Amino acid sequence: MKPQNYSERRGRWIPIMLVAPLVAFIGVTFIAPLGSMLKESVYDAEVANTLPGTVALLTQTWDRESLPSEEIYRKLASELIERSTEDRSVIGKVANRVNRLVPGTRSVWGKTARKLKNIEASDFRATLIDIDDRWEELELWHGIRQAGQKFSSRNYLHALDLEVSDEGNVVRVEEEKRAYVTLYLRTFYVAVTVTILCLLLGYPIANAIANASPTVSKILLILVLIPFWTSLLARTSSWIVLLQGQGVINDILVAIGWVQDDQRLSLMYNMFGTLVAMTQILLPFMVLPIYSVLNSMPPSYMRAAASLGANPIQAFTRVYWPQSLPGVYAGSLLVFILALGYYITPALVGGTKGQLISNMIAYHINNNNWGLGAAISMIVLVSVMLLYLLFDRWIGINKLKLS
Amino acid sequence: MVSVTFHDRLIRFVAVSKHWVFLILTTFLFSTQAEELTVVSWGGSYAKACKDGYIDPFATESGVKVHLADYNGGLAQVRAQVESGNVHWDVIDVETQDLILGCDEGLFEPLTILDLPQGLDGSDPSIDFLPGALTECGVATLVGAGVIAYNSESFESGPPSTIEDFFDLDRYPGKRGMRRTPIVNLEWALIASGVAVTDVYDVLSSVDGLKSAFDKLDTIKDSIVFWEAGAQPPQLLADQEVVMTSAYNGRIFNAQVVEEQPFVIIWDAHARDYGHWAIISGSTKTSIAEKFIQYAARSESLAAVANRISYAPSRKSSWELVGKHIEMDVNMREHMPTHPENSKRHFTINSEWWAEYKDDLTERFSAWVSQ
Repeated sequence: MKPQNYSERRGRWIPIMLVAPLVAFIGVTFIAPLGSMLKESVYDAEVANTLPGTVALLTQTWDRESLPSEEIYRKLASELIERSTEDRSVIGKVANRVNRLVPGTRSVWGKTARKLKNIEASDFRATLIDIDDRWEELELWHGIRQAGQKFSSRNYLHALDLEVSDEGNVVRVEEEKRAYVTLYLRTFYVAVTVTILCLLLGYPIANAIANASPTVSKILLILVLIPFWTSLLARTSSWIVLLQGQGVINDILVAIGWVQDDQRLSLMYNMFGTLVAMTQILLPFMVLPIYSVLNSMPPSYMRAAASLGANPIQAFTRVYWPQSLPGVYAGSLLVFILALGYYITPALVGGTKGQLISNMIAYHINNNNWGLGAAISMIVLVSVMLLYLLFDRWIGINKLKLS
Repeated sequence: MVSVTFHDRLIRFVAVSKHWVFLILTTFLFSTQAEELTVVSWGGSYAKACKDGYIDPFATESGVKVHLADYNGGLAQVRAQVESGNVHWDVIDVETQDLILGCDEGLFEPLTILDLPQGLDGSDPSIDFLPGALTECGVATLVGAGVIAYNSESFESGPPSTIEDFFDLDRYPGKRGMRRTPIVNLEWALIASGVAVTDVYDVLSSVDGLKSAFDKLDTIKDSIVFWEAGAQPPQLLADQEVVMTSAYNGRIFNAQVVEEQPFVIIWDAHARDYGHWAIISGSTKTSIAEKFIQYAARSESLAAVANRISYAPSRKSSWELVGKHIEMDVNMREHMPTHPENSKRHFTINSEWWAEYKDDLTERFSAWVSQ
């Protein structure tokens, strides 16, 4: 009995051991970064840790309507001197955090920390205001108080063009500062349109590949795959060569006389260029899943439909199309999600309308505002997950087929 | 039996591994013999000019082995190295904005005791360098400029000559190339609406001033083609996709001289910025790095770069040494932003100001673009 038990136990462990590297891999490369991104978007302790006393006093004793008391000014001055002698770089980090909330206050910090060291002060409020009159602005103090909260939703509010008003209500920011909502909407619009275009173009191609003779289907498949293997930037640049004012397409149209030389068509630096280039780049992701589903469908089904009296349209809509749906779902989901994250192609060919939400994520990550970048990413991620859940609810995720 | 095979294996292991030990030891010995320094710059024709101009001569003269690496600007990589404590870059070529931010956050070593060489004419560095070139963490070695350029084939008669013309669609119809950023574009919009170059940042700091800058940009919004990378503007001009575009002066110079394109630079209201050398905090080679910066900041070194690419030296005493291009028959002085003919009206990008407003205005610019 014993050896059998042992081998049984061993048998149970082997699959778990085999999966362990995968679980570890997903944990390290997917779950952990996602978790730290989530944390980054709501948690920032830089100001709270550098100026703990000031932040505590501001939260507890300040009435938020008049200038803070002398006690708070004194606390801030002493913490500034203390921290900047330990490590001057922490003041720079505080300055960046507060400047994000109150633009135009960054230089106050370094200047004040430098000058305070050489001053024996008794009235700290007067001294600080004397060093820089921005210490007299209520907005700056509001900024310090807000930045001092370790956990906050400000990145999410910011990423949705919202802010907390002085009365404490959540309101939309002034119209000329609303940068993000338009970008989410445009990103979703582009992704949906590209998905539809890819489906309209990709389905007939996949159908042709699946039903052609082996030689022809191999050639067609290669034609789909070669662009797929070509660098994204090379393909984008090729579209620029084709679409621009002095480009190949316009040159041909002018040469055959369809277009006047001084009225060349604007085919790029607008939404048209973005849609054309992205559709071409993402097309293989639509063609391949549909092809693999169509390829495994026995041709006898269509013959059966015909022999039972269906005309070609009926045979297609009632037999062929429903069976190809798993491939259509898989291709659409792939193209849609990839299109959401695109930004190099739209930035190069899209002109004024070429900026999508990913551009802003990249900007904030490069400019050390990881919190805001993370918040925007999370909003996109959650919207995609919601769409996925809706898809599962209406259609069922088990209907998805990649091969 | 067992012990014999083990013994055999051990002998074989030692026999094989002693070669490895020898190899590793010798590479280690040789690598520590010559001192090494990793210098990070922007790549391309600019980095080549620096390499030929003073990096290679420095390596030969000092015996230090210099590794030249490329990056694309920004502080993300520097910050990652400093914060992880794994610093493998030593000296870096940075823009003013990044220098200010990095210096405040402790990413760069303070250079307060750096002993810079005297000017060619014996003048003290403090007066020989242009104002703003010597800062706490960096030494500026060159002056670059953001300019407006046009293709002379686009204008048969009466080409544009001022920043006002860039915003004048009636007299100069056609598309304009513009970098997708508020930096410099807001300044130009204000200057074109009549603000003096010296008042630009004061006016921009006010709510009304900012609004008038965006209003001016609005007048040409439908004709703007945005570019992202510095290589795009010359291409846009060559393809006549735009009639005028903002660009970096060095890129246009390259197209004019090396590729013989019929491009013309409008020097009016050009936007100057410095390029600085800085030492990364936590570098283990600060003393060699300081020697490198001292060498790079010599009047001769700066002129050596200026005779290869059209970025001006940041020291007055280097001007005497700027002459013909090292290969072409081109007088380099007239291509320099600091040439008197070119600098009748200009301003220096106020990076302190932008460090405070960049995030806010980038969002507002992006909102403006999207509307």
